[in-house]
Amino acid sequence: MAVSGTFDLELAEESPGARAWRRLVKRRGAMLGLGIIFVFVMLALLAPLIAPYDPIQQSWSTIRKPPSLQHWFGTDESGRDLLSRVIFGARASLLAGVVSISIALGLGVPIGLLAGYAGKWTDALISRITDAMLACPFLILAIALAAFLGPSLQNAMIAIGVTATPIFIRLTRGQVLAVKVEDYVEAARAVGNPPTRVAYRHILPNILPALIVQATISVATAIIAEASLSFLGLGQQPPAPSWGSMLNTAQRFLTNAPWMAIWPGLAIFLIVLSFNMVGDGLRDALDPRER
Amino acid sequence: MLLFLGKRLLQLVPTLFFVSLIIFSLQQLLPGDPALAMAGEERDPAVLEQIRRQYRLDQPLYVQYVYWVGGVLSGNLGESMRLKEPVLTLITQKFPVTLQLALMAIVISLLIGVSAGVISAVKKDTPVDYAVNLVALWGISTPNFWLGIMLIFLFAVYLGWLPASGYVGPFEDFWLSLKTTILPAFVLGNSFAAVLMRHTRSAMLQAMSSDYVRTARAKGLAERKVVLKHAMRNALTPVVTLGALELGTLLSGAVLTEQVFSIPGFGKLIVDSVFNRDYAVVQGVTLVTASTYILLNLLADIAYVFINPRLRS
Repeated sequence: MAVSGTFDLELAEESPGARAWRRLVKRRGAMLGLGIIFVFVMLALLAPLIAPYDPIQQSWSTIRKPPSLQHWFGTDESGRDLLSRVIFGARASLLAGVVSISIALGLGVPIGLLAGYAGKWTDALISRITDAMLACPFLILAIALAAFLGPSLQNAMIAIGVTATPIFIRLTRGQVLAVKVEDYVEAARAVGNPPTRVAYRHILPNILPALIVQATISVATAIIAEASLSFLGLGQQPPAPSWGSMLNTAQRFLTNAPWMAIWPGLAIFLIVLSFNMVGDGLRDALDPRER
Repeated sequence: MLLFLGKRLLQLVPTLFFVSLIIFSLQQLLPGDPALAMAGEERDPAVLEQIRRQYRLDQPLYVQYVYWVGGVLSGNLGESMRLKEPVLTLITQKFPVTLQLALMAIVISLLIGVSAGVISAVKKDTPVDYAVNLVALWGISTPNFWLGIMLIFLFAVYLGWLPASGYVGPFEDFWLSLKTTILPAFVLGNSFAAVLMRHTRSAMLQAMSSDYVRTARAKGLAERKVVLKHAMRNALTPVVTLGALELGTLLSGAVLTEQVFSIPGFGKLIVDSVFNRDYAVVQGVTLVTASTYILLNLLADIAYVFINPRLRS
């Protein structure tokens, strides 16, 4: 009994973050995903130190060379080292994933809080606009936005961020509707807290788990979207390396230099798979029913 | 049922209104003078003036919107600057190609996704289940343009079994049409199959633990019959409707797939228009895609109520 009592006390004192982490580390898939993400983040941060060659340095003597000891991943149509380009390409992909979802969170969460908390016509108006944005298929709206804004990595990130916003508005609104009838929210309101304080101090912390899970999965979607836009020529512009634009070029040399298509695709696949695995793990770890 | 239909149709009005507003607003994102951006390389003041007049760029925004929406409602989506053809004509020419691709992708993904989902649920927590789950995770995480390129390399460049790109209509030459579309359809259906597999698995697990399946087993029915006739039939209802909601992803996927395989469909039209600054076509394709998606959602909702007897009343 004494042992069980101590154990219960320890669990009761554990913070929600620590509890989620304890559950997350038990999930091998999620930990593997986190490990791969860590490696890619390090590659992106330390790219100038790790990459064996300059990623945009052309060399006419090494055009389309297959993988070798000098060039582990081979070279491309301008003689550039593919390993260096894949390493530097991680910057564009990770940046696009994180920045665009930060834009989506920055816009979506306050608007969702407003819709859920204010209710009435504010909610009705925001919900209809959200429905309308969700009715436009994700990539098509992102392409249209990027097309009108002009092709660049920055505009691609804005396009992806804005396109992903309605998902966060809808999620936040739904969560607020569920939470705002709870006793602690009623109590916070009853003691005279202004609505903004109730929303940010009492409601937001309680809906964070759902937002974290969605944000993680959305980073994966955003990375694919950036690669897709770059593949179509609407993202990162050459000669700066991006996995999507590398694949676009690789397609033209599929017969003579198939290795050009393998590495950037594999990199996108690995990073997206990792974010999906972490998202799945987080969903289970943050699920209150699993307590 | 009629009341539900009426309500659902009424809800469409504000959604469609805001969709039109969003797509119309895209034009306002053009940096600088929209007429200059729309004219592309053209700098002739007379042409610019004509563009301003044609798109009423010299009038207030709400007037421009009213004219634009009025045109859309009467079937006029504007004219392609590059091809000098009505946008609606271009869309109706390209739509059947994408439709063929999408329908083939749906058949492929239903075959793979539903059967894998059922097998995974029946063999829950066995190596087969883990393997199917891994394949589904792979399907969701693989960018379809990369998969397309890899399959072109394998089946067209290396093995030489299928053409690398191009398109032949089914009424011109059925077999050649099948040969040109099977790879893109598989690529397009790949992630859709993974999503369907996940939905099917969870719906099947729920059905397998229900009372009616327990009763069917207690009656002494063969396991095969219990799974296929009792569990699967009930589990597929939500799967079909959830699947319909994922069709928007399929339309997005078509853009990339058509680009990789050089298929002259809807997706390729939007990409080509983007690079030719043919903004009326970009707006038109986005509007038609969004409307198609809204319509599919409506049909999915109706189908769900229609199939589920508990919701019919």
